[in-house]
Amino acid sequence: MQRIDRLGVLLSFVGALALTLLPLLVFKANRIVPGEPRALLDLLPTAALALYSTLAAAAAVAVFVQSPRVRLLAALIGIAALAVAVAAAADILTPADNRVVRVAPGAGFWIVLIALGLLATDALTRLRPGPVLRVATLAVFLAATLAALGSGFFDDLSIMREYAVNATRFAHEARRHLLLALGSLAAAVIVALPLGVLCHRQPRLRNAVLGALNVVQTIPSIALFGILMAPLAAMALAFPALAALGLSGIGAAPAAIALFLYSLLPIVGNTVVGLGRVSPAAVDAARGMGLTDGQILRQIELPLALPTILTGIRIVLVQNIGMVTIAALIGGGGFGAFVFQGIGQTAIDLVLLGAIPTVVLAFSASVVLDALTDLTRRVPR
Amino acid sequence: MIQLESLCKRYGESTVVDDVSMVIEPRTMTTIVGTSGSGKSTLLRMINRLVEPTSGRVLIDGNATTAEPAHLLRRRIGYAIQGLGLFPHRTVADNIATVPRLLGWSDERVRERVTELLELFQLDPGLYATKFPHELSGGQQQRVGVARALAAKPNVLLMDEPFGALDPIIRAKAQDDLLGIQRRFGTTVILVTHDIDEAFRLGDRVAVMSQGRLLQHDRPAVLLTQPADPFVSQLIGAGDKSLKLLSLTTAGEIVEPGKVDGPAVPWSVTLRDVLAELVWSGAAAATVVGPDGGPIGHVTLASILTRGRQAA
Repeated sequence: MQRIDRLGVLLSFVGALALTLLPLLVFKANRIVPGEPRALLDLLPTAALALYSTLAAAAAVAVFVQSPRVRLLAALIGIAALAVAVAAAADILTPADNRVVRVAPGAGFWIVLIALGLLATDALTRLRPGPVLRVATLAVFLAATLAALGSGFFDDLSIMREYAVNATRFAHEARRHLLLALGSLAAAVIVALPLGVLCHRQPRLRNAVLGALNVVQTIPSIALFGILMAPLAAMALAFPALAALGLSGIGAAPAAIALFLYSLLPIVGNTVVGLGRVSPAAVDAARGMGLTDGQILRQIELPLALPTILTGIRIVLVQNIGMVTIAALIGGGGFGAFVFQGIGQTAIDLVLLGAIPTVVLAFSASVVLDALTDLTRRVPR
Repeated sequence: MIQLESLCKRYGESTVVDDVSMVIEPRTMTTIVGTSGSGKSTLLRMINRLVEPTSGRVLIDGNATTAEPAHLLRRRIGYAIQGLGLFPHRTVADNIATVPRLLGWSDERVRERVTELLELFQLDPGLYATKFPHELSGGQQQRVGVARALAAKPNVLLMDEPFGALDPIIRAKAQDDLLGIQRRFGTTVILVTHDIDEAFRLGDRVAVMSQGRLLQHDRPAVLLTQPADPFVSQLIGAGDKSLKLLSLTTAGEIVEPGKVDGPAVPWSVTLRDVLAELVWSGAAAATVVGPDGGPIGHVTLASILTRGRQAA
């Protein structure tokens, strides 16, 4: 008897339902009016049939085939077919030289894409790839996606249209986004690591520091931006030199400071936990053999605590990449600028232009740091 | 020679080590035995200054241990503890190389020493040098722990319950290995244990501690026959003193020339084991077999019984 894969059944069912009930494509006369659904079958009958049979085959694989490699391949082919079909339809729907009409992927597209994405992720997980392979897979996937988007084939899709209009700003906001997320993380690591070591050595300090950082963590980000605004503006006014460096009540400075403050707790906390897990016997043996305190910290405690510390850094990086989006509200820049601009203009495509890269960045950061954590964990728990 | 002079350690109101003085002769093995909380580990840790004495001092070959920074002193003294404290993120070879590297030995000299020690402890260097501690059995980990403590050829080796985590069979083997190494290199070993049998088996001299005080420090036979304190007799156990006494002497030490018609025993077994063999087989004497496998003489039941008497 053939074994039936439950996840495959669920994903196939959801995908089929989405394809039947929801549109693959949405046509909009301009970027802000609500769209009307378009059926692929009416536009490109041959391509539609090809796509549906490809997706049906992928569903069959998801339900009946156990081999993770085959399942991964089916998911990837399904994603490629879906993207190509939608792009081709967009090409047909868009009159030549028309810059106003928008063709966006519809809800059906997104749900099928998510179902296929889950199928691919599940297959990858079942393959249990090592840390290096995981990062390599991510790199190949990102490179393939960028190459596809750069080929011009997808240029008639609405999000790519928004991109074409905003290309220069996109690069600028991307740099700003990364700078804010990574810069605040770097500053936090420089402060939090020594603080964590200190807290490990001084139990009394630990409660005070972790307590204070916990309080910071509970302040909503918008509120923290607000709290920082007044003192920073006053400082910029009092010290023109600081203002010349870019410090002001709004903009990147309060955003960077808030992100820095939020970053402290996970890193300090994980450093304390990581150091606390180091075997006391190993530390005692190290001291007994004549390692100095500094040598014990560098050669024994920190290397053994590193996986736990990296887990904290991963939490912070993913959290920062998401939170930078909100910093756009106070003029901090980053992809959030597109999101809020899009909300203001009710242009959903512009919102997606900000949101999708943020999600991809956060996901990539998570995969890379997970791999790093695995590489440093040479010892089983 | 190691001299402990009036060592005291107090934590607030409680006195953990109370005015302990003792002299440890070079190239001997001294075991410190006592119940938990007797201060034996603290006493040991004051020798390499992991614990700084409240008062009193330690002299090694006439020099006060406070004459140099503590971490430099510790690099000259081997140290092995219960649970071993092997560094889990370092290979066996890197673990063993710890102190030689701290002392700035050349890479080649370190490599040679690691190989030498692995061979000494019957761990094939090609197989084990690159393994991590969690890939080894308990007995192998224990050997690596002792090898690491001996890596820089220390004259003094401090051991705190080094065999505590081993099962009885591996434990006996580890004790034999330690005795062999101590005899071979002439290392001065100070070993803390709560196991009185281990203390008697290993110690040239046994120090008995209770409630921070040193009750008696002497040869095992003297502790058996002339206990200085009721606690010492109690710790040793009243019932089988004679058997303990017999287990301090080997067959080779009282062998008499001449052949007898009895069971064969190796020269290295204790008289306690020979006695057991004679009782079992019903013979009055046993043939003693030498290291080369040939008979070297015999021991009689009567001579064993004489050895086990209080007057011995």
